[in-house]
Amino acid sequence: MTATKTDAPVTTASDEPADATAPVGSARSERLSALVQQHGALAVLVLVSIVASFSFDSFATGDNVSNMATGSAFLAIVALGMTFVIVTGGIDLSVGSLFALGGVLAAWGSRHGTLVALLLPLVVCGLIGVVNGLLVARSRLAPFIVTLAAMLGARGLMLAITDEGANTYLIGKGSFLAELGQGTTLGLGNPVWITLALFVAGAVVLRRTRFGQHVYAVGGNEDAAALMGVPVARTKIAVYTLSGALAGLAGALNAAWLASGVTILGNGMELDAISAVVIGGTLLTGGLGYVSGSLVGVLLLKVIQNIINQIGSLDSSYQLVVSGAFLALVVIAQTWLGRRRQLV
Amino acid sequence: MAPPAEVLAVRGLSKTFPGVRALDDVDLTLHPGEVHALIGENGAGKSTLIKLLTGVYRPDAGDITFQGRKVSFATPLEAQKAGISTIYQEVNLIPLLSVARNLFLGREPRNRFGMLDVTRMNREAEEVLGTYGVRVDVRQPLRTLGVGAQQMVALARAVATDARIVVMDEPTSSLEPREVETLFSVIRRLRDAGIAVVYVSHRLDELYAMCSTVTVLRDGRRVHHGPLADLDRLALVSTMLGRDLGDVREEGATKFSGDHQAADTRPVLQAEGLTVPHKLHDVSLSIRPGEVVGLGGLLGSGRTETAKAVSGALARSSGRITVAGVPLRGGSTPAAIRAGISLLPEDRKSEGIVPGLSVRENIALAALPRLSRFGLVSEARVDSIVDTFVERLRIKASSPHQKVGELSGGNQQKVLLARWLAMNPKVLLLDEPTRGIDVGAKAEVQKLVDELAADGLGVLLISSDLEELIEGSDRVVVLKDGAVVGELTGDDVTEDKLMRTIAGGGDPAHDAAKEAATDG
Repeated sequence: MTATKTDAPVTTASDEPADATAPVGSARSERLSALVQQHGALAVLVLVSIVASFSFDSFATGDNVSNMATGSAFLAIVALGMTFVIVTGGIDLSVGSLFALGGVLAAWGSRHGTLVALLLPLVVCGLIGVVNGLLVARSRLAPFIVTLAAMLGARGLMLAITDEGANTYLIGKGSFLAELGQGTTLGLGNPVWITLALFVAGAVVLRRTRFGQHVYAVGGNEDAAALMGVPVARTKIAVYTLSGALAGLAGALNAAWLASGVTILGNGMELDAISAVVIGGTLLTGGLGYVSGSLVGVLLLKVIQNIINQIGSLDSSYQLVVSGAFLALVVIAQTWLGRRRQLV
Repeated sequence: MAPPAEVLAVRGLSKTFPGVRALDDVDLTLHPGEVHALIGENGAGKSTLIKLLTGVYRPDAGDITFQGRKVSFATPLEAQKAGISTIYQEVNLIPLLSVARNLFLGREPRNRFGMLDVTRMNREAEEVLGTYGVRVDVRQPLRTLGVGAQQMVALARAVATDARIVVMDEPTSSLEPREVETLFSVIRRLRDAGIAVVYVSHRLDELYAMCSTVTVLRDGRRVHHGPLADLDRLALVSTMLGRDLGDVREEGATKFSGDHQAADTRPVLQAEGLTVPHKLHDVSLSIRPGEVVGLGGLLGSGRTETAKAVSGALARSSGRITVAGVPLRGGSTPAAIRAGISLLPEDRKSEGIVPGLSVRENIALAALPRLSRFGLVSEARVDSIVDTFVERLRIKASSPHQKVGELSGGNQQKVLLARWLAMNPKVLLLDEPTRGIDVGAKAEVQKLVDELAADGLGVLLISSDLEELIEGSDRVVVLKDGAVVGELTGDDVTEDKLMRTIAGGGDPAHDAAKEAATDG
């Protein structure tokens, strides 16, 4: 890193050492770039939503918004965990399988009551996350490979529980679990409120706790973090555990919403979650990211999907094309911003 | 005055790595308020000793007594908590985290809900850093600070953790003189507060300015210890190197022969009006074949940026570059390399060597397109080039197939030099070619620069080491705030004139810092 001249005032007291500061570049352009990186997705989301609500009569209706919110909730919970993993510089490919596994476990456990139905997926998927974390942090294996293995293993486990998908467990109507998934509060589905609560908690944890500092430090410079006394391995294990548990919880809530543990869900969900996190301004290389951005990223993906559905004449396959193109654009913009800020 | 009880006593410390006895039966004693110089060539065992003290490695034999108790640190964190802090040569902080968060990482102030108290953290960070002469917006990411300011943050962090011992591993290698003076005043403050400092540096001036006692390591053993005043510079250098250095000059100790003959008066490199937004303003310079042109100025004055702009690594918004009379088209690095401009970058680790590749592969890397036909590389031609340069640059490696990451800093630098020389350059841009390498290797690199100039290369030399810059250069172009503020030629190439030019006609702050830094 090199220093250039600054227009910052040099205030040197008579008996104190000289000013040793030399900020890089202009602070204003740095702040602007940071702002765009953090809130660019939000601006696009607002813009797209405004255009859509003028273009399609059915877009800005209460029903549609409520449906989109509920439809986004489950992916959002997965993306929340993924944000923590990516900020440490890792990646978690197992979340799609854990989502499906969580759903099946919740439906299977629902016959023993809501508590079991919620705890079982949390614990099992959390434990798989622990194993991911141990292999990444202690055995120093690449997160990509470790979580790819977990993705295959977890899907296998799910198929084993359901007799290769032949057996779909149902969640009884009227149970508390069904109410949790299907009921509404103040006009929005319960999963939406749960998701919002989780995001508020996640933001506080990431920005306002020591653990959150450790997550950023590990992703920013692992070696330096270790020398500064950050428990690197423990932090990594924690984020993979969190990601696994949240994927399991999302699956459980999704099952409650659908009233059954559908086995074919969650395929490719890990990639949607990664897309949402990256669109939200989190650097894939780690060290920089925002929980709120991931929520915006999920909503943006959902809104685009909704718009394509509204157009009607477009084959829904084009959703993927548009999502892919959009992701590419975001990554290009991020890289450009990052280079401007000399992050990469 | 009876010496206070020792704060650290190391007895018979040994450490062996596969194939290397890194540290062999070494003792070290520190008293409160002592500034202790730890010196030795690269590979002498300094880093190993430091890492054993700070819990990065565990010793094979020997014991460490800290504040009267035998200790065995499992992690750097344990050492830090006990009161042994370290600041490393390369700033080891988290660039993307804010300045305040870096300063307080691991001991953040918290409110009664267990959440970080960000307001208090930022306020305290401003207060603490103010006493180190760092006045910045502490909410900004650390990477927006200059290297010097980052080093100060690292220092503030190390000291703030209630340290009894602070280990500094080449803390000044990226500081400018003014910042060195700030660092020294901090060290004096630590000393007066009864904190022991272990000071590792290759700069003899600094050692004599700051340190009271010295330990010299060589090949993993302690070969000398005692008051530093008992050892003059020449004795110190020869103890460190383990041989009589008749050719080490009493003053300066650089290996430059002096003036070079500029045989051809037509410049081999001519740069006119180089401008890079926010970095360079209308910088012009020319280099004749066989000439070493120094680039003087403080850290951040635009020296590195000038070299990068010439080599195409930094996009320029305007300016013309001519190599041997031929205008350089386009601003890309490949174009510059084809035209005969080679840059030896400042930061070996991140911009130069590929540590996992062999010496041979590293040397051949840039020249591969020239050594291949239809995409196939001629092994024989690679071998002959590699052999030539290993011999000519006196690269010490067990074989051309040894990994570069295993070599000492000096030899890594020579490998890089060989890589660019293999391109048959007309102009060589050397950015801090001797930073962080030991005295012996430094002398060899300096000698090589001389030889290359004698062979007719045009050399641009950037160095924070004033002696090296003055003695190595025929002319010195002085930069300040990204613009040329003067040029020294002939008898005017002296440290005094350079400092005055940089300071813009005798700014006392700079002169005072310089005197303090060189005062033996």
